[in-house]
Amino acid sequence: MIWNPQYETMPRPQLEKLQLERLQALVARVYEKVPFYRQALQERDLTPESIKSLADLSRLPFTVKQDFRDNYPLGLVAVPMDQVCRVHASSGTTGKPVVAPYTANDLRMWTEVMARSLTCAGMGKDDVMQNAYGYGLFTGGLGFHYGGERVGATVIPTSTGNTKRQLMLLQDLGTTVITCTPSYSLILAEAALEMGVDLRLSKLRLGIMGAEPWSEQMRAEIEAKLPIQAIDIYGLTEVVGPGVSVECPHKCGMHIFEDHFLPEIVDPATGEPLPYGQVGELVITTLTKEALPVIRFRTRDIASLNPEPCECGRTLVRMSRIAGRTDDMLIIRGVNVFPSQIESVLLEVEGVEPHYLIIVDRERHLDDLEIWVEVSEAVFSDEMRKMEALQQKVKQEMEGTLGIGARIKLVEPRSLARTEGKAKRVVDRREL
Amino acid sequence: MKAKQVSIFAENKPGRLVAILEALRAYDINIRALSISEGADFGIARMILSDPDKGAQALREAGFTVRETTVIQKEMPDRPGGLLETVAPLAEAGINIEYFYAFLEPTPGKATIVFKVSDPDRAEEVLGK
Repeated sequence: MIWNPQYETMPRPQLEKLQLERLQALVARVYEKVPFYRQALQERDLTPESIKSLADLSRLPFTVKQDFRDNYPLGLVAVPMDQVCRVHASSGTTGKPVVAPYTANDLRMWTEVMARSLTCAGMGKDDVMQNAYGYGLFTGGLGFHYGGERVGATVIPTSTGNTKRQLMLLQDLGTTVITCTPSYSLILAEAALEMGVDLRLSKLRLGIMGAEPWSEQMRAEIEAKLPIQAIDIYGLTEVVGPGVSVECPHKCGMHIFEDHFLPEIVDPATGEPLPYGQVGELVITTLTKEALPVIRFRTRDIASLNPEPCECGRTLVRMSRIAGRTDDMLIIRGVNVFPSQIESVLLEVEGVEPHYLIIVDRERHLDDLEIWVEVSEAVFSDEMRKMEALQQKVKQEMEGTLGIGARIKLVEPRSLARTEGKAKRVVDRREL
Repeated sequence: MKAKQVSIFAENKPGRLVAILEALRAYDINIRALSISEGADFGIARMILSDPDKGAQALREAGFTVRETTVIQKEMPDRPGGLLETVAPLAEAGINIEYFYAFLEPTPGKATIVFKVSDPDRAEEVLGK
């Protein structure tokens, strides 16, 4: 099934014409409304009239995550606040989140691409969708919610956690589609096993999963343990949230909704555009967003693009599974974590030295974050309760900044390996 | 009387106490008293050493995090009620003991207690030197 055949199966020449028109309008809009972009364009002697073909896209400046931080909270917004209907946010690198406002049209567009995504994944109006993405500032919960309603499915907004209740509702309400992170689907599978619930007897048949990196091996494991097809979906707060791209049941790459999101692959080192098929950093330009239009956003996600038409009939370009990151960002339980955030927290706790080691593990399918912190003489006390208070303080500050729980282990100095130059700060033991 | 205690941060894993003891032996330092307080991942070893300054230096050289703290060391009679008589004045003066350990003296009938209080000067006043 295709939700919007007009756009999803548009012949590529026609699609590219539409993209160019939208790109030209976008550049004109940000030039007029967003001082940050006007300045960046002027520095390159560009005006909206400079964009004559899609090839001119590569002349436009990049937007990077730091630009969101420098313009926190609303410096990149292109509309007056009274036109903003909703605001989401994602975790930032120094405690400041990326703030993502939406106009009414933005929300309509997002709902549209989510409806397309869910349909593309194989969901329809007769389905019962249990949405176990977090509701709140995170774009996952509400993004899937409104998409599911738009498709006409029955939506159960369970949000994250409370696995026993998830399983009870899943059985009692006849859930056919589960939307959650891939790792949570395995937690559900394991909990069902422990509770003696045979999910093969349930109506569950489809899982639409994203918000964290996963692999084909993990898909095989999920599909072996749950009676579902597991479909990959991609998105990010800076661009819109989930709904940027999604797999169809052929599972041969994620179809990017190119009438709204213009993708490129660039060399992460030089920023030079790479041809189709080559692996590099995914860059996205939002063609239609009003409140937070973004030009050439460097996603830091490593992927490649394939423009060949898909068996499903869509003419949209397909992106590969995310093969990694160009930076040191970790995605832990769906939350973005940068080692620099951990360092800044340690520096804020008086006397704690920023010598640390981050250990990420996946125990029983749940990401586990442990931070080893060296104890310097400045914080060492001969009283155990003071040391435990220190441990507790670091833990609380860490959770406040990162937004996820962490185990803090105090270690002896020099027990963390010092290497020449950049110290090894992260041990990621997860096998995806 | 006041005494200098050397405290050492040590991870709770095999071999750490041995590493501490080796560092002290290398400098020919004797341990007069020792107590270890344990947490889940780490412990704190507290020691009265024959030469606290040299001992602390030896441990630092061996890479340990070390803290020197002023504690009260007090001789007490080694007989029933001996400890009670010794610490009762602190309670009367409202002085709280943070932690505490004791060792026997070579002299028969004598023991020594070592303890940490928030205000060692006052404790010394109350107990008498």
